[in-house]
Amino acid sequence: MNKNILICGVGGQGTVLASKIIAASAMDEGSAVHSAETIGMAQRGGSVTSHVRIGEAYSPLIPGGTADMILAFEPAEAVRNLSYLKKDGIVIVNSVPVKPVTESLMNTGYDGTEMVAYLKNKCSCVVIDAKKICEPFGSSRYFNIAILGVAAGTGRLGISKETILAEIEKRVPQKFIETNKAAFYAGYEEGKKYEA
Amino acid sequence: MGNGAIALGALAAGVNLVAGYPGTPSSEILETISKYPHDGVHIEWSVNEKAAMEVAAAAAYSGARAMVTMKQVGLNVAADPLMSLAYVGVKGGMVIVSADDPGPISSQTEQDTRRFADFCRIPVFDPSSPEEAFSMIKDAFEYSEKYNTPVLFRPTTRVCHAYASVETPEYAGPKEYEGFVKDSKKWVIFPRLSFANHAMIEKRNVEMGKDLSGYCGNTVEGGNSKKAVITSGISYAYTKEYLKDYPDIKLIKLATAYPFPEELVLSALDGVDEVICIEELSPFIEEQVLKLAGKHHLQLKVSGKLDGKVQPSGELSADKAAVILSDFLGTQCANSGYNLSDAPALPIRPPVLCAGCPHRASFYAVKQAMKGRKAYFCGDIGCYTLGNAMPLDMVDTCLCMGAGITMAQGFHWTDSDGVCFGFVGDSTFFASGMTGVANAVYNNADMVLCVLDNSTTAMTGHQPHPGIGRNLMGQIVDKVDIAKVLEGIGVKKVVTVNPLNLDASVNAVRECADIHGVKAVIFKSPCIAISKPTAKCTISDKCVQCKKCIREIGCPALIISNGKVTIDSGLCTGCGLCSQICPVNAIGGGADE
Ligand code: SF4
Ligand code: SF4
Repeated sequence: MNKNILICGVGGQGTVLASKIIAASAMDEGSAVHSAETIGMAQRGGSVTSHVRIGEAYSPLIPGGTADMILAFEPAEAVRNLSYLKKDGIVIVNSVPVKPVTESLMNTGYDGTEMVAYLKNKCSCVVIDAKKICEPFGSSRYFNIAILGVAAGTGRLGISKETILAEIEKRVPQKFIETNKAAFYAGYEEGKKYEA
Repeated sequence: MGNGAIALGALAAGVNLVAGYPGTPSSEILETISKYPHDGVHIEWSVNEKAAMEVAAAAAYSGARAMVTMKQVGLNVAADPLMSLAYVGVKGGMVIVSADDPGPISSQTEQDTRRFADFCRIPVFDPSSPEEAFSMIKDAFEYSEKYNTPVLFRPTTRVCHAYASVETPEYAGPKEYEGFVKDSKKWVIFPRLSFANHAMIEKRNVEMGKDLSGYCGNTVEGGNSKKAVITSGISYAYTKEYLKDYPDIKLIKLATAYPFPEELVLSALDGVDEVICIEELSPFIEEQVLKLAGKHHLQLKVSGKLDGKVQPSGELSADKAAVILSDFLGTQCANSGYNLSDAPALPIRPPVLCAGCPHRASFYAVKQAMKGRKAYFCGDIGCYTLGNAMPLDMVDTCLCMGAGITMAQGFHWTDSDGVCFGFVGDSTFFASGMTGVANAVYNNADMVLCVLDNSTTAMTGHQPHPGIGRNLMGQIVDKVDIAKVLEGIGVKKVVTVNPLNLDASVNAVRECADIHGVKAVIFKSPCIAISKPTAKCTISDKCVQCKKCIREIGCPALIISNGKVTIDSGLCTGCGLCSQICPVNAIGGGADE
């Protein structure tokens, strides 16, 4: 199986953990995996991306127009990285915007709606409201796991949900495992609705 | 991660000592070693790259295998020992990992470590993937020992931070070594020794170039095409991504750009009319190929950066390589992705100081204290460079590690009316700040030193340093006390304040600004990414929506939601800075309540 998955968002949103779980799960299932992520200054509130390439690959970064799936933790970041998407690829996007400080200062009115509308019109996409889906867990912090659930639920990730759950168990602190699993399932149910 | 592969490769090669200074994209190498079994290996975060290089040099003189890690600009700091070391040579293998950063993504410069190799006349290894980095480290040690020379190892960001799986053997422990054998004719550098060794080195490099022509990392693939491609490092991966569909094109991959494997390249170019060199940073290989063509009168058209076929600066990618190669070969370049010319304008996201970062409070205090006065704010390298962003706008200059302190002095000599501030982080202070303070005291400069002490090296991933009381070997050690160091050097007045206490901080700065001579304010408060405070502040309905809090400090947790000023509880750390600014006391909560 060859798959390219791009994860994008804003530094501090937990994109790195999500990409690590996907990469490790694919490896657990016997695939070769190459991946790359943003480290350094951009982690301080800048745009960040992780590229996960499952199967044969040379470049650690996904070539343009070849991503099967984009997991976007923020609507503008989904648009920023859309050139990576394959024509028949899918975007899973959080509709809740992260407003840059410059936005609060200048009040440009960015609230993400325009981005979501653009995405819907352009490509096949699943829009998730992170606040809503994470409400039962008390913090949007769990969104990175919930979005993995959505991705698995659509059936287009090519990795079984059991493998992902096992990786989640390995990687999150003991006392948060149950909440993370619940977040994963909440996402999974949501993703099922879009099963291809 | 590529950096992990380098670390594990070094352990598999039986490395005895590893020293380094943190710097993106190299920092995870030493961190990985510290997390894996490394019994009998001495590892350390040195105070700077020069110190690391010298510590490692002595180990290598003793016959031990030593590795040094740093980012490319760190090699500038370590250039002094490296140049001499190249002449003196080593006994045990010594590998200097200097990670380049095309883009640059998190660096001040786009310098090319391969140039340093040429400059110092020592070999450089250039891995194209994490997998290759793992095995190449061992080769680098072996060549180092075979030719008794320090060896550079130059990964780039996309290799350092790429992940792939590598099989690692069980840890067999560090290598046995003989120990230092005294011989002043060999280990003490004098003009006579340098003269003799220089001649020997030039001769050796010719031999080594021949030897490297047979090195397994230097490869020739494809058929006997008239057009050939030469590449190295991560650019090989980008090139291969395109050429996998054109297996007949001759592809030469060079893992050792210096000494240039002339014989290999010469024979590979036999029958080739046109060659393109695909590389990042400088046209290093391209220049070598041009030299080769000149030397051997080859009928060869050489393309690359010098004739504008490859971009002169910035990072390459698989997409860019595809465009370059399709143009060169006259082939297809199909990017079937979406055309985004109709996309809405995207918000820009410059990196900013985290919500609750104590640096924000420190900068704001200095700004308040200097309101209406002429002042110079000389910044430095670290998270606090981000103090440049609006609305703080508190970094007038940033040059290199430690320069804030010394540049503040320079501004004083050119304009004695302004108050001159030098900002420095705690880790940078130890790396290269102390000599600058001595310079100020000695030359009787007038300046205020602001030490932003958050008890860590935050930007590069929170490495310990001499002020923390813990080292990489896991030992609890004596802390080097910054205030005492400053007093010892002779700084007139040293005040330590908590930056989150705005009034006290403003007063401390004002007081120091009015005294003649060298003064220092140490703003001490831990990095929130380490202390992880759980308090939150909230805005009550007393808020009059004046937006002063947002306008003044630019904390990312202060946002406008549904037209109202709000605190994002997911980001707020309850630092309380905003509550000290609000004119109507609308902000409450935080650590104080
Ligand atoms: S207390 Fe105010 S300044 Fe501090 S983190 Fe919270 S919102 Fe930001
Ligand atoms: S400074 Fe105080 S009154 Fe003004 S917007 Fe901020 S919280 Fe509201």
